[in-house]
Amino acid sequence: MAEVMKLHYVVSGDDFTRAGETSSKVKKTLNQLGFRPEVVRKVAIAMYEGEINMVIHADGGTIDVDISSDEIVIVMQDKGPGIPDVEKAMQEGFSTASNNVRELGFGAGMGLPNIKKYSDVMEIDTQVGKGTKLRIVIYAKE
Amino acid sequence: MKLAEVRDILQAKVFAGEKIIESEVDSAFGSDLMSDVLAFVNDRVLLLTGLVNLQVVRTAEMMDISAIVFVRGKCPDESIINLAKSKNMVIMSTAHTMYVASGKLYSNGLAGNEREV
Repeated sequence: MAEVMKLHYVVSGDDFTRAGETSSKVKKTLNQLGFRPEVVRKVAIAMYEGEINMVIHADGGTIDVDISSDEIVIVMQDKGPGIPDVEKAMQEGFSTASNNVRELGFGAGMGLPNIKKYSDVMEIDTQVGKGTKLRIVIYAKE
Repeated sequence: MKLAEVRDILQAKVFAGEKIIESEVDSAFGSDLMSDVLAFVNDRVLLLTGLVNLQVVRTAEMMDISAIVFVRGKCPDESIINLAKSKNMVIMSTAHTMYVASGKLYSNGLAGNEREV
């Protein structure tokens, strides 16, 4: 399918209780479009991890999702503090989250490694003090 | 195991999903960290947790988890119950601690769910 459905969302950074609403909407859309449950699950988990990161580390941002029958491309962009050491951030268990975030059940240092696990392509473009752009691709074909 | 059996074994109070209480789960996972639920669960499990906030339901939604047991007598507020109802999930609460609740379910035949060790 050459046709691409383009979705754009703004994620608010000031309300943790709303984190995940965008991932929920995209999950619903993919289900309605008839994507395989495994594909929908991969997108939902990778995107939710990214959305949580955006809210807890970067005061929100934007999410663009391009959906075609071949692949789902998710671009998450924020104007947060950036990631000083990406290699370290990719290690399971490494986290810079505050105690406040941990009390909410997150910040265990599993986010980025988990996004990598559930995506077929993951690219991080980050600049300290300027922000982070995370591009995730999940293939939809078997 | 049927969710109705889970309710009976844990003497739990059901807050949402009474209509699908006869549906079954194959395994369970217990954690207060949603980060770990997202990273370690690889099946449609029953989730036991002592964390009570909206992100528990959101996490369950992303993982296709359809039933949550809050342990240590933690009770969900209205916003959690309403979100769970809208996602067609079963929510219950037991006075048992995580260890005791898990032990009771495990010894009654509900397997654990974990990554390869």
